[in-house]
Amino acid sequence: MWLYIGKRLLATVPILLGLSVIVFAMMAAIPGDPATAILGSYATPENVERLNRQLGLDRSLVEQYLTWLGNLLQGDMGRSYALNRPVADEVFERFGATLVLAGASLLLCSLFGLLAGVIAAVGQFGWRDRIVTFLVLIGISTPSFWLGLLLIMLFAVELQWLPASGMFAIYGGGGPLDLLAHLALPAITLAVVATAVIARLTRTAMLEVLRQDYVRTARAKGVSERRVIYRHAFKSALVAVIPVIGIQTGFVLGGAVYIETVFQWPGIGRMLVNAISTRDLLLVQGGVLVVAASYVFFNLLADVAQTLVDPRLR
Amino acid sequence: MAGMLAVGATLTRLFARDRGGRPSPFALLVANPLSAFGLALLTVIVVLVIATPFLPVPDPDITDPANRLLRPGTDGHLLGTDHLGRDLLSRMLWGTRVSILVGLSATLIAATIGSLIGLVAGYAGGRTDSLLMRGIDLVMAFPYILLALAIVAVLGPGLLNALYAIAVVNIPFFARNIRGITLGLSRREFVDAARLSGASHAEILFLEVLPNVLPTIVVTMSTTVGWMILETAGLSFLGLGAQPPQADLGSMLGEGRKLLFTAPHVSVVPGLMIFALVMCINLVGDGVRDVLDPRLKSGALAAPGAATRVARETVPPAPSTDAVLSVEGLRTEFHVGSRVYKAVGGVDLDLAPGECLGLVGESGSGKSVTALSLLRLVPTPPGVIAGGRVTIEGADQLAATPEALRRLRGGRVAYVFQDPLTTLHPLFTVGDQIVEAIRAHQPISRAEAEAQALTLLEKVRIPSAKARFSAYPHELSGGMRQRVCIAMALANDPDLIVADEPTTALDVTVQAQVLKLLRDLSRERGSAVLFITHDFGVVSELCDRVAVMYAGRIVEIGPSGDVLDAPGHPYTGKLIDCVPVLGRPERRMEAIDGLPPSVDRLPAGCAFADRCDRVQEDCRHGDIPLDPFGPGRAVRCLHPLQEVS
Repeated sequence: MWLYIGKRLLATVPILLGLSVIVFAMMAAIPGDPATAILGSYATPENVERLNRQLGLDRSLVEQYLTWLGNLLQGDMGRSYALNRPVADEVFERFGATLVLAGASLLLCSLFGLLAGVIAAVGQFGWRDRIVTFLVLIGISTPSFWLGLLLIMLFAVELQWLPASGMFAIYGGGGPLDLLAHLALPAITLAVVATAVIARLTRTAMLEVLRQDYVRTARAKGVSERRVIYRHAFKSALVAVIPVIGIQTGFVLGGAVYIETVFQWPGIGRMLVNAISTRDLLLVQGGVLVVAASYVFFNLLADVAQTLVDPRLR
Repeated sequence: MAGMLAVGATLTRLFARDRGGRPSPFALLVANPLSAFGLALLTVIVVLVIATPFLPVPDPDITDPANRLLRPGTDGHLLGTDHLGRDLLSRMLWGTRVSILVGLSATLIAATIGSLIGLVAGYAGGRTDSLLMRGIDLVMAFPYILLALAIVAVLGPGLLNALYAIAVVNIPFFARNIRGITLGLSRREFVDAARLSGASHAEILFLEVLPNVLPTIVVTMSTTVGWMILETAGLSFLGLGAQPPQADLGSMLGEGRKLLFTAPHVSVVPGLMIFALVMCINLVGDGVRDVLDPRLKSGALAAPGAATRVARETVPPAPSTDAVLSVEGLRTEFHVGSRVYKAVGGVDLDLAPGECLGLVGESGSGKSVTALSLLRLVPTPPGVIAGGRVTIEGADQLAATPEALRRLRGGRVAYVFQDPLTTLHPLFTVGDQIVEAIRAHQPISRAEAEAQALTLLEKVRIPSAKARFSAYPHELSGGMRQRVCIAMALANDPDLIVADEPTTALDVTVQAQVLKLLRDLSRERGSAVLFITHDFGVVSELCDRVAVMYAGRIVEIGPSGDVLDAPGHPYTGKLIDCVPVLGRPERRMEAIDGLPPSVDRLPAGCAFADRCDRVQEDCRHGDIPLDPFGPGRAVRCLHPLQEVS
């Protein structure tokens, strides 16, 4: 098992390198001359040339990439000109907040998605199945950013049960309960689409598994129906659903961009949107790299989890 | 050009009946109420949006600060106005127009580029394929929206740039799907034929391959276009798409967000519109997928419940025997649509304690369904037990409560199935599965059950049982797996073991060992065995009596020696002639001409009549009874092979 994890870890290296090449190439493709941008359009050609040399822009793209990668590996992602602080500091601070939000959402969507899928499959064609199928349709069709607004209107404005924005209360906040209250609405909003997708797939996987011969064997040996469903069928269905949960982490991490904007969550998504508006490209670069790398590791986790459940994959 | 022709041909096919007279794909789509609803709503929206320039609504960009933030229902402003006094209905209609147009364009771009990549990768194979697919994998390694954001960051905010970004991040879905199909197609005969006739690669790709992958492209488009509309709206919502004064639904929502507390209707209106639009596109998309690619139809096939449905009109009276198992008039049917397949059409059986009865017949004769019906293991739907009585331990088990049935299953009656690879759970160790069988019936601790399971594994002669205890089924050979199944069946000392072709899936050399094991252990414990097989050789080795099934009924039953030596029913005779005998090469093997009748259209009289050389006029009328035929024997034939002895 440890050997397998090691191998899988090693296999992420080329993917991470590929990600870095794409991100670097995208930023290098941006039209315009950084030196002119910094010095203004009245700069003398000599000054422009000197600055280009200082920035390393006179060297070949490959050399530039290697220098950039070297700095990156040492934790240096450059400096955000709009915030005037190191990109790495800002990015990791914001990423923490996004992880809290995304983690809570993943927990919610896995739990409720699996549960709803199993309930629908067991009561196939019955009223439970119809309700779940209907909710799934609503879930995948609702724009999450609009749902967020609706929830704010209902729970924050009308009922005043939960706060509408931020991660902590401005005055006297900071405890775990305060965090939970602030987390509830954005985490639920972010989880809705993923919950629907997971529920749909779990239902299909369960129905597929319940037709298998080994489920008949379990029934033939007198195992209780509850055990047949929650132990025999569910474990097999899980093998098919785990990679989907891995893929959903990508949608949750990406969807955080909307939700953080709606709920003023101090995460990396809102930072990216602001950075794009202010053309703070180094910040965009750093943010995209960190989130993309974390997605690679979430998928790795899903792979390992799948292998733990299914011995045939080892 | 060739591509356009192919697209045109496929489009006409969508609305025409096929040669078999089946309804057109369009008719099938509308037949599904959900898709029909989606299609109707979508049509209304699209018609409204196309007609918008001609509708009597105000200009969407004219501001009127005096009438700002009017509530819906105000005179002249059906849906109210926004913070600049612009008419919301008009802005919503124009915004929907933009959103649909942008979503469709993004879909077309993604479909064209993605399909092209998929076609080339799948057709070229080799290095081109792996290079292209590595690239696609890399794009997919980014979280979906994040990559779109990065692209917008490079290109700068704007509706067109948002469109490109969303198109690019959706390319992988098309490339992957199309590549998969193309890969399969490019190894098919018609592609080879085109290649041999001198067609160029481009001609083959666009004239031969493309028309065949078009349904997949359409399915992928119809299932992703909703997403793309949603995501472009999302980018506009963030202020990275449509720029003022132009509005799409997303940017309207973005403006409404700032007025959330004062004028919630400004964000509710466009939000509802996106929701309705995406929902009906998803409904139509699911419908299109089900019609064009039925294999993907999610969860349409019914999963069997815990026990077969029993729907008997009359129940035969309780028999007075000391038999372990007594079956009377058992009828099991499969209800598929309006068809009724009578898989078991009235079977009577008795098994004395410790007796071994062979149940023989061709595939489809109903022998396995009979075996599964005993403890209601036939899948419902489509299976229904329509009549008869199964008496075990003096009670009618077809009327048993779920808990009584559960206690019987694996307790007094145990099953051994055909293919041990598919009948053992792949994700649990074999030891665990035996322990589970024990603990389902005996209130003992896990440790005690493990000790028992280990003894059982030794009993079925699995070498180094202790090590195999924690092995998974895929780590064992076929013969070992079947020994595990036998151990599981013996776990609770059953009175009856139902063995459903337990050796068919095994190597010939292993078959004999497993059979001997089953016989020895059942004799040692005094269990009766119902042995389902199509092999008369096995019957003569193992069984005290034999019953021959044909088209769902028993046609002959009796002591196996007598039946084998002097079969009464012509069908039994033919079956015995099919068995090759070692050391008698001069014996001619005879195949039986023709096929058994379909059990949803059984003829009157004898079901075997059409294949029988002894058939006479009276064979084709009425119900032919299973008449006594010598001591302990019975035959369902009017003109048997022998005289009654």
